[in-house]
Amino acid sequence: MPSYQFTLDGQQQVVEADADMPLLYALRGELALKGPKFGCGLSQCGACTVIINGTAIRSCIIPISAVNGANLRTLDGLPTTAGPHPVQAAFIAEEAAQCGYCTNGWIMTLVAGLERDPNVSDQEIRNMLTGLKCRCGSHMAILRAARRAASAMAQAATAPNDVVQLFDPQSDGVDSNIEKNREVQA
Amino acid sequence: MNSPFQNIKSSRRDLLKGSASLVFALGSGGLSILTIEQAVAQSLAEAPRAIGPENLDTWLSFDAEGMVTTYFGKMDMGQGVDTVIAQIVAEELDINVGRVSVVMGDTHRTPDQGGASGSSACRQGAIPLRNAAAEARRVLVTRAADVLGVPVEQCQVEDGTVSVTGVNDRSVTYTTLIADGFDTDLDWNGNYGNGLNVSGQATPKTVDQYQVVGTGVARKDIPGKILATTEFCHHVSLPGMLHGRCIRPPVANAVPVSVDENSIATWPDARVFREGDFIAVVADTEWHAIKASQALRVTWSNTTLPFPPQEELFDYLRNAPAASDSSTGGFRGTPYETAPALAAISAAARQVEAEYEVPFQSHARMAPSMGLADVRENEALIYSDTQKSHNSRNGLAKLLGMEPEQVRVIWKPGPGSYGRSDADEAAFEAALLSKITGRPVRVQWMRQEGHAWDPKAPACVIQCKAGLDSANNIAGWYFKTRGFSGWDVYFNANDPQDTLVGQLTGYDKADRHNFGVPGESYRFADSVAFWETVPALLDRASPLRTSHMRAPQEPQLHFAHESFIDEVATAADLDPIELRLSHLQDEREIAVLEAVARLSNWDTRPSTTSRGEGNILRGRGVSMATSFGGFVATVCEVEVDTSTGRVWPRRFYVAHDCGLILNPRSLRTTIEGNIVQGTSRTLCEEVNFDEAMVRSEDWLSYPILDVMEVPESIEIDMINRPDLPPGGAGEPSLVSVPGAIANAVFDATGVRIRRLPLAPERVKAALTI
Repeated sequence: MPSYQFTLDGQQQVVEADADMPLLYALRGELALKGPKFGCGLSQCGACTVIINGTAIRSCIIPISAVNGANLRTLDGLPTTAGPHPVQAAFIAEEAAQCGYCTNGWIMTLVAGLERDPNVSDQEIRNMLTGLKCRCGSHMAILRAARRAASAMAQAATAPNDVVQLFDPQSDGVDSNIEKNREVQA
Repeated sequence: MNSPFQNIKSSRRDLLKGSASLVFALGSGGLSILTIEQAVAQSLAEAPRAIGPENLDTWLSFDAEGMVTTYFGKMDMGQGVDTVIAQIVAEELDINVGRVSVVMGDTHRTPDQGGASGSSACRQGAIPLRNAAAEARRVLVTRAADVLGVPVEQCQVEDGTVSVTGVNDRSVTYTTLIADGFDTDLDWNGNYGNGLNVSGQATPKTVDQYQVVGTGVARKDIPGKILATTEFCHHVSLPGMLHGRCIRPPVANAVPVSVDENSIATWPDARVFREGDFIAVVADTEWHAIKASQALRVTWSNTTLPFPPQEELFDYLRNAPAASDSSTGGFRGTPYETAPALAAISAAARQVEAEYEVPFQSHARMAPSMGLADVRENEALIYSDTQKSHNSRNGLAKLLGMEPEQVRVIWKPGPGSYGRSDADEAAFEAALLSKITGRPVRVQWMRQEGHAWDPKAPACVIQCKAGLDSANNIAGWYFKTRGFSGWDVYFNANDPQDTLVGQLTGYDKADRHNFGVPGESYRFADSVAFWETVPALLDRASPLRTSHMRAPQEPQLHFAHESFIDEVATAADLDPIELRLSHLQDEREIAVLEAVARLSNWDTRPSTTSRGEGNILRGRGVSMATSFGGFVATVCEVEVDTSTGRVWPRRFYVAHDCGLILNPRSLRTTIEGNIVQGTSRTLCEEVNFDEAMVRSEDWLSYPILDVMEVPESIEIDMINRPDLPPGGAGEPSLVSVPGAIANAVFDATGVRIRRLPLAPERVKAALTI
C-alpha cells in the first residue's frame, strides 16, 4: 500500500492507505480524531470539514493521495495553550450545538473564513455557511456564535498582542500561510 | 479551574505518537488513557450494577473526591437534559452542580426509564431522581447528625459538607458518611419506562427553595462537542473489529436470489454474509467494506412494483381500505360518532370544507445509522445511539437467542434522533454479523440508506368540514385523518420484528395502528375528530415503513387543524386569534395565545387580502400546539416572493408554557431548534419515491432548511409557571410551525396552500393559477 505524508495540526503524519481512500477514513480511523465526522460521504453536509492549506475542504471525498505534503488543521487541533480558538469559544458561549454531530463543519468553515477576514456582515456570514447541514436546527445559536467570533477576531486583529496570544506561532494550531496572509493584510 | 486544553492537546499528541489503539476516559481525576484492551476488559467483565428501582444506591453513587454520579434511564438527544438532571440532583443534595455527572442509557448501569420518549425527560424521568436525591440527603444528614452529636434540625448542608448551624468547626462531608452506600429502600410504583417513579421518606424541596433549578446552568455536553473531546458512539473502536456494510435491494421488495462472491475478490479481506434476505459485506478496513459493498454483484428476484406512483399517493390514501381507526387503534380505542357533526354541518347556513395533504418525511439524521457489537458465546456488548437502550437490549437478546441480562447496550451520543429513526437498525445488523463472524463488527450505514431506509413519518390526507350559522357561529366541526400508521414499526426496538434485519430474517412484521387527533381544548358545537389508517404498502422490510418522527403525527394534524381554523375565520370574516380565543377552554392555551398576540404586536383583523409591494408580499399567521405537557402559540411573519415562490419565515414569535422552567438557557435553544426544524418540515421536506423505491437518497434529493433560509429572529416569551410541574419542551413548539407558516402565506397572498411542503415551485404554481 502506498504511504502519504502530511502535517496534521502541526505534527508530521505518515499514513498507509489505498490512493483513492478519502482522507476522512484516515482521520477518523488510524489517526483517531474526534472532530471530522462521517455524515454523507458525498460532500453535501460538511460534517467532515478540515482546513487544508488554509481552505475549508470536505474530507469525505478528497482522496488521501491528494493531500500528500499538505498542511491540515482539524477541530481537534484548534485549541492552543491559550485556550480554545475564538470560534470555539464563541460556540461554547452561545451553546451553539444540539446533538453536536454537525458542529465540526460549521466551526471549521468559520475558522477558515474568519481567519481570512473577520470583518463580515450578517449576510456574509450566512453566505460563508450556506450548504452546511444542521438537522437539529441550531442555526440561530450558530449565527449568534459566528457573529460573536467574528467580532472577537476583528477586535483581536487590531490588537497585535492578542493576535500573538490567539495564534501562537509555537503552537500546533497555526497555519503558516494564514499567518503570512494576515501579515500581508496588516 | 485549570485550563483543560493543555491536557487535551498533549494527550492527543501522545496518542498520535504511539499506538492508535487508545481510548480516553474522563474521570473525576482528569483525563486518563486506557488501552482499548483495558477498556473492553472492563466493560465486558464489569458486572451489572444492582439497578432495582427500589434501592437508593441504584440512583446515586459518591466517590472519594465527593463527586456524585447519578444514573438516568433516559438520554439526551441534544437539548441538554442531562444538565437539567444534574441541576435537580444537586439541588436536592445541596451540592455544587459541577460535582454531578450523569450516566445515561447503559442497560447494565441505569434503570429502565423508557429512554428518550415523548419529551418526558424532565416532566417524568427527572422525578424519581429528584425523589432519590432528596432521600439521599435525608439519609446523609441523619448520619451526619449522629457523627456530630446534634439533632438533625441543627444540621445545615453546603456543597456536600454538613455542619452544625452556628458552629463553624464542626462539620463532616458526605463522602465520609457514604461508607458502602445508602442501603436504603425506596417506595417504587412498580412501573418501568416513562412511568417509573420512586419516593423516600424525605420531602423534596419546594420551588421557592430552589437555587440551582431554574437557573441557566451551562450545558455539560457543550464544551466536549465543540472541542472535539466528546466520544460519540461513532468513535468507539474495539480490537479486532470488522467493518460492515449492508446491501439493499434496487426494488423495495426484491429478495436476493444469488450472490457472486467473486465480484469482491479485489479485496481479500472482504467477505459476504447472508442470513435470510439480509446481505452484508464485512472487511478489515472500513474503506474496503465500502468498496466491496459497492462492487458486490447480487441477483435480485423479479417482483411486482410495490408502491403507487408518488403523484397518486394522496388518492391512494383516500381510496385504500381502512385497516384500523381511532375507535379500535392506538393505546386505547376512543369511540366516535360522525353523524351528529355531519348533520349539524349540513343543517348550517354555510359550509366550509378543505382537505390537507402531508407527504412522507424522513428523520434524515446528520449521519445514518451506526452500531457496534461484540457478541460472544454467553454475552454481548452493543454500542448504539438508540433512543431506547433497554428496549433495544430486549430485542437484541431475542435476535441473538440470549437472555436480556446477557446483553449490555451502552448508549453513546449520536447524530440527533427525532423519534423512531434508523438509529437502532445498524446495532441489530452489527449484532447479527458479530454473532456470525465471532468478531466485533461495526456497521455504518451509507447516506442513501439513512434517507431511503429510515422509518418515515406517515403521509396522510386530512379532511375538514365546518358549518357556520347565519350569525357566523360554528355549528358543527368534522376532522378526519386518513394516513399510514404511526406504529407500522413500533416506537422502540423491543422486538426484532420492528427492525429491518429482523424483518429480513424471518420475524413477521406486526400489524399495529395509530395516528392521533389534535389535543387542544377548542370546543365546537357538534364536533368530531377521528382517524383511519390504511394498510402498510409492504408487509415486509420497507423503505416506506412508517413510525414516530418528532412529535409523532402532530405536525401533520396541526398543519391541517390550525390551517382550517384560519379558513373558517376567513369565511366568518373574523380575526384568527379572536376566533381561537372564543373557542378555547384551557386557561394555559388562552394565556399563551394572548401572550403571543402581545409579543408580536398582532394586528387584529381578518386574514383576507394580499399585502406588500412588488414581488414581495408580507403576511402573518398564528398556530397553537398543545402536547406532551407543553402549551405553545406561535406567530410567524413571512415574506413570499411571487416571482420565485420562495417563502421566507422572517420572524417568529413564540409564547411557550411548559410549566416550571428548569433551565431557561437550554429551553431557549431547544425551542429555537424546534422552530427551525419545524420550518424545514414545512417548507422543504418530502420523501420522493417511484413505484420501485424511495428516491430521496441524499441531501440533494431530500433538502432540508439551509442557513440562507432560516429566520432573521425568533422571539420567545418563556412563561414560567413555578406553581406547576415541568412539562415537555422537546416537541410542542415544532408542532406549532406548519400552521403558523401556512396561515401567514395565506395572509400574504390570499392563496391557501393545503399541501406540504410549501416549496417554491408549489407556491409559485399556486400563485399563478
